[in-house]
Amino acid sequence: MSTTTMPAAKPLIPLPAGTTMRGLMWQAALAIAVILLGWSLYNNMLTNMASRGLQFGFGFLDRSAGFPIGESAIPYTPSDTYSRALTVGFLNTMRVALVGVVLATILGVFLGLTRLSTNPLLRSLTGGYIEIIRNTPLVLQLVFWHSIILQLPSVRQALNPLPGFFLSQRGVKLPALLDEPALYNCVLALLAGAILWYGLARRERARQMETGERKSTLIPGIALVIGLPVLAGFLFGAPTVQWPELTGFNFEGGIALSPEFFALLIGLVVYTSAFIAEIVRSGIQSVDKGQWEAARALGLAPGKIMRLVILPQALRVIIPPMTSQFLNLTKNSSLAVVIGYPDLVSVANTSINQTGQAVEVITIFMAVYLMISLVTSFLMNLYNRAVALKER
Amino acid sequence: MAAPALPNFGERSAAFARACFNGPLNIAISLICIAILWWLVPPLFNWFIWDATWNGTAATCRENGGACWAFIREKFWFSVFGLYPYEERWRPGLMLVTMVTLVIASTFRACWNKWLLVAWVFGAPFMLLLMGGGVFGLSPVATRLWGGITITGIIAVYGLALGYPLAILLALGRRSNLTLVRWFCTALIECVRGVPLISLLFMAAIMLPLFLPEGITLDRLARVLVAYTIFTAAYMAEVVRGGLQAMPRGQYEAADAMGLSYWQKMRLIILPQALSITIPSQVNTFIGLFKDTTLVIVIGVFDFFTTLRAALGDPNWLGFPTEAYVFAAGVYFILCFAMSKYSQKLERDFQPAAR
Repeated sequence: MSTTTMPAAKPLIPLPAGTTMRGLMWQAALAIAVILLGWSLYNNMLTNMASRGLQFGFGFLDRSAGFPIGESAIPYTPSDTYSRALTVGFLNTMRVALVGVVLATILGVFLGLTRLSTNPLLRSLTGGYIEIIRNTPLVLQLVFWHSIILQLPSVRQALNPLPGFFLSQRGVKLPALLDEPALYNCVLALLAGAILWYGLARRERARQMETGERKSTLIPGIALVIGLPVLAGFLFGAPTVQWPELTGFNFEGGIALSPEFFALLIGLVVYTSAFIAEIVRSGIQSVDKGQWEAARALGLAPGKIMRLVILPQALRVIIPPMTSQFLNLTKNSSLAVVIGYPDLVSVANTSINQTGQAVEVITIFMAVYLMISLVTSFLMNLYNRAVALKER
Repeated sequence: MAAPALPNFGERSAAFARACFNGPLNIAISLICIAILWWLVPPLFNWFIWDATWNGTAATCRENGGACWAFIREKFWFSVFGLYPYEERWRPGLMLVTMVTLVIASTFRACWNKWLLVAWVFGAPFMLLLMGGGVFGLSPVATRLWGGITITGIIAVYGLALGYPLAILLALGRRSNLTLVRWFCTALIECVRGVPLISLLFMAAIMLPLFLPEGITLDRLARVLVAYTIFTAAYMAEVVRGGLQAMPRGQYEAADAMGLSYWQKMRLIILPQALSITIPSQVNTFIGLFKDTTLVIVIGVFDFFTTLRAALGDPNWLGFPTEAYVFAAGVYFILCFAMSKYSQKLERDFQPAAR
């Protein structure tokens, strides 16, 4: 009798280890179910659309939209196409989201730090504010801010808390910088100053590594960033500031923020900043007490302890939830539809009502939000990798 | 040995004052805080209480100038029941009582047993039948007449009850070894989390009817529930996945070594632990989801807030939006704050070893 065993039969398809028959069946069942469901939904949709006299397709995007949009970053008239109207909505969403993210971060970090203050009065004041904001729905807050703004005095009696800053029922007026070459020169000078500061800081860092001597670049840096634009202003003419002025029944000049934009911005910033404050607070608290003590034992000043020891470690904890707050703010900006700010969802809603092409329009705006989410998390992941713990 | 006595009120206040006024910086900060309070509290107190009108009509309110709580008193039951027929209001009333009882019972850990589950399984259809009628001699009431806190409660509670099992399946699927299942669950979770809830609600309100076979229509409230359930499931799934990932490998391996099947392993070993350690974050997620029920305003479902807003249109009571918003905010605040305190308590309970 031969002792050689038969070689195991070669499988028909090379499958990864651990693959079982049952697992394959589950997956096949899922695939079939998804395909069948998708196919039947698609068929239902075609039938339903046909019975309503609609045709599936994106051709309507080239037709004239025919509705006005309250505010727009690019030129737009009702005779423009639906695709342009949706672009206007998208840009409006991005505008409020970008400004909102920046302001919410600043306010949130500030609140988070005050929450950790040694002063119990300040701590409890911020604590109360954060709890109230976090525990009420955003929709309610938006509607509340909108109604507050609509109750402001009329344009002629506009509040003027700061020079050039007017608050009225029609929204906010801010001084603007006139769009002219002098402005570009100053902006370029500002950029050059920032780049020089960065270079200087790098050189100082390298010198510190070599000699151990630390020299702050703060004062020369600020001098560069402020000095260069001022110098540019002197050499090539200063940029003109356009102050809003009351003429007749409305303001002229300056930047105008509509009541809807302003209400949405305040609502989003206030709401998100309360969440960011809690993230910042817990991030800083997550740093071990020993780190504070060790830094103090080294004789570092309080500001330096925060900047050089605590924050770099806290950032690792802070960045991931912060990313989701930025995304939340962007997604929450879709609540603009409640107070009538023409964001993407609001323009899309009007387009659906006019064309009936619900499936296409909703697909477009969901895809846009998915893209925003993906791009934001990609960028924040890059940053996160930069601050993440570098293990040996 | 007597435990060291807790500092009494006087000592605590003294410590508070000392902490507020040690050093020039702290004194400056405290003074700014006091200035803010000084500027904020008296006008608010005047508006809320001193000048407020508790009884009377819109005219009395305008005369007094403060908050018009008479308006809220007038509209209170409307904000609870919405447009539900007046003589049938005992039905949503009984439903709310049942719901509140079940929810409160569910917050006590002593009640976490199979009887609670049985109560929910029987209670859930009972509440809907009570509202909808058409059986046991109850007159049918269309869902478009439902409104107020009743609707807020229904959306939140049923969304969670239906979404939770789905969330567990999605979380398990996302951690599965089966490639296709994993892909499918990941894609579903990420797509739902990547878009605003509003778009899902629009989809349910406008798009869903197009996807159903001809002749089949889904009630508007049911469509909202579909969207809200999917949304709840996707967010809860991520919380549950966190719990699954936090389980030490040894638990999985030990279960495998015992020869348990996949479902036995999950049901008996992994899920009980993974779910209980994530309960505080589940409650926190639910607070967010609960606040999001207000978004149904965009498709014209009359939840608590939308109903109050509708009450603003009463020609006898024009011009009191702030009162309505403050009242609504107060109700949401009390509910959400209670939930967040509850979640903090659970967090402490589940970590007895923490110092």
